[in-house]
Amino acid sequence: MKTENQKAWFFVLPVLLLVAFNALVPIMTVVNYSVQETFGDNLFFWQGLDWFQQLLNSERFYAALGRQFLFTGIILAIEVPLGILIALSMPRKGIWVPVCLVLMALPMLIPWNVVGAMWNIFALPKIGMLGYFLNDVLGVPYDMTQNPLAAWITIIVMDVWHWTSLVVLLSYAGLVSISDAYYQAARIDGASRWSVFRYIELPKMKSVLTIAILLRFMDSFNIYTEPFVLTGGGPGNSTTLLSIDLVKIALGQFDLGPAAAMSLIYFAITLLVSWVFYSLMTKDDAK
Amino acid sequence: MIELQNITKRVGQFTHIKPTTLTLKAGHFNVLLGETGAGKTSLIKLIAGLDPLAGGTIRFDGEDVTRLGTQKRRISLVHQFFVNYPHMSVFENIASPLRVAGMPESEIQGRVEEAADILQLRPMLGRRPSELSGGQQQRTALARAIAKDSRAVLLDEPLANLDYKLREELREQLPELFKGRGAVVVYATSEPEEALLLGGETALMQDGQVVQFGPTADIYRQPATLSAAQVFSDPPINVGDVVKAGDTVRMGAATWTLTGAAAGLADGPYSVAIRPHHVLPVAEEGATVPLEGEVIVTELSGSETSAHFRMATGDWVSLAPGVHPYKVGEAHRFYMDPTHCYFFAPDGQMVA
Repeated sequence: MKTENQKAWFFVLPVLLLVAFNALVPIMTVVNYSVQETFGDNLFFWQGLDWFQQLLNSERFYAALGRQFLFTGIILAIEVPLGILIALSMPRKGIWVPVCLVLMALPMLIPWNVVGAMWNIFALPKIGMLGYFLNDVLGVPYDMTQNPLAAWITIIVMDVWHWTSLVVLLSYAGLVSISDAYYQAARIDGASRWSVFRYIELPKMKSVLTIAILLRFMDSFNIYTEPFVLTGGGPGNSTTLLSIDLVKIALGQFDLGPAAAMSLIYFAITLLVSWVFYSLMTKDDAK
Repeated sequence: MIELQNITKRVGQFTHIKPTTLTLKAGHFNVLLGETGAGKTSLIKLIAGLDPLAGGTIRFDGEDVTRLGTQKRRISLVHQFFVNYPHMSVFENIASPLRVAGMPESEIQGRVEEAADILQLRPMLGRRPSELSGGQQQRTALARAIAKDSRAVLLDEPLANLDYKLREELREQLPELFKGRGAVVVYATSEPEEALLLGGETALMQDGQVVQFGPTADIYRQPATLSAAQVFSDPPINVGDVVKAGDTVRMGAATWTLTGAAAGLADGPYSVAIRPHHVLPVAEEGATVPLEGEVIVTELSGSETSAHFRMATGDWVSLAPGVHPYKVGEAHRFYMDPTHCYFFAPDGQMVA
């Protein structure tokens, strides 16, 4: 005879409550908005999946989504290799280690809207140091408020400046955890610098790099504050990334239904890409 | 043949290896025996060229390799932790030094399979190191060392992190593995038993220097100094202070009559050392000198019983075959075999 102890449920309860308030309740609120038309005075009208259909047929959404993927793709392609390269060239021991680490951590400690404001002022033509230097000293026409390419370059450079450090610090943590014995084995085998990187350092960094890429993907895919402060999505719509577009719909136009539907799709894409990437990267280890 | 001439290693102000001269030959194991921190790993790294020399020269088969980089010395090294390339198969791990050396693919195949057969890794060749047990991982590292055409094979406590059974198994196989390969095999260990089982020649190391070097059995039987005897004894050798007068010697309450070389020593204070298995719980052929002590710890390990007992002159250990029912806290009379006593002068040199 098996006796069942129902008390176990009580132990699970706190987690259940936590998850409910942390995830389920907010998401369900958004779901609630996404299937209704909302008016003032709390008037709701059932819409079904209309908002989702409308969104998935709108060119505006795909344009913003495309810009979002382009932005994330570019910053990952720059920050990951650059971060690894910087981590590789940092000293592994000695008095310069803490100096390097603190210097690396500094950009990440600055509040995001300050980063945006900083780069805004820095890059403005005439006023900003960068803008002035490019336009008036080098003679390169550069105006991020007028030229979409200049705006893109500015938000990308800003993000690289702000977040490459994260990749550096995680890669560095992976590198210092490699025992000297591996490097010695490589020297004894006569391996080249590239082989050491390819067959020792990269595999040993794989798990931290996976986390680094995942974090950078999620953060850059959901980025809002910095480009909003820097360019406000302009010039025109050229730097209107998904989150900026979302806020325009939700707060600018006060279309809560479409905005809620967009949030859910946005969330689903972030989740899906992260999950696929993580599964691919950890496939070998699970076997 | 590896010749080390006055090699030293310094890190900052500290001397890790004092000037050391050794000639290590191929064909048998060269054991570096010493406690942790004695300088075994440092010496191995110097031979490998992984650390810079502060002075001296190293020759491989007559060729001066002192200034030669590790890559060009043609050596193999097996660590005490299992070092394999994590994202290569076992086959690729064993093959990696051969590939770097530019060996043709057909020959690599043959060599890897030969090494894998010797170490019973054939079924694992397609797997990754992380999918292997600790013993198999270390066998992979050993196979890599065997497959490579090395002038020196350096084994730095390769069995230290394996479980007991595997260690015994691999230890038996080791001498066979390197037989007839022409490479000089250097084996660092902190276990005296391992040195005895591997045979060959042993260099006893202490505080960054070789205190005695020669055929393993000779060093075991004739330690040059008291500290050499202490390093090369497990369980620890018993040491006591004695005074010799005429042909009798006295250690606390115990006295015995000297015979052989010890009888010819000048009168005065000496240290005696005797291995635990020459101190027995019952009087036997040879074991005749009674020692009164109080039993403080006993250990039964399979077919042997050891007892730590306390005398007025210090604590000693007896190790006897069979099961002996000691009672902790009770007085017991032990008997030692005086013919197995080593005598050391106050400066630590063995005199008889």
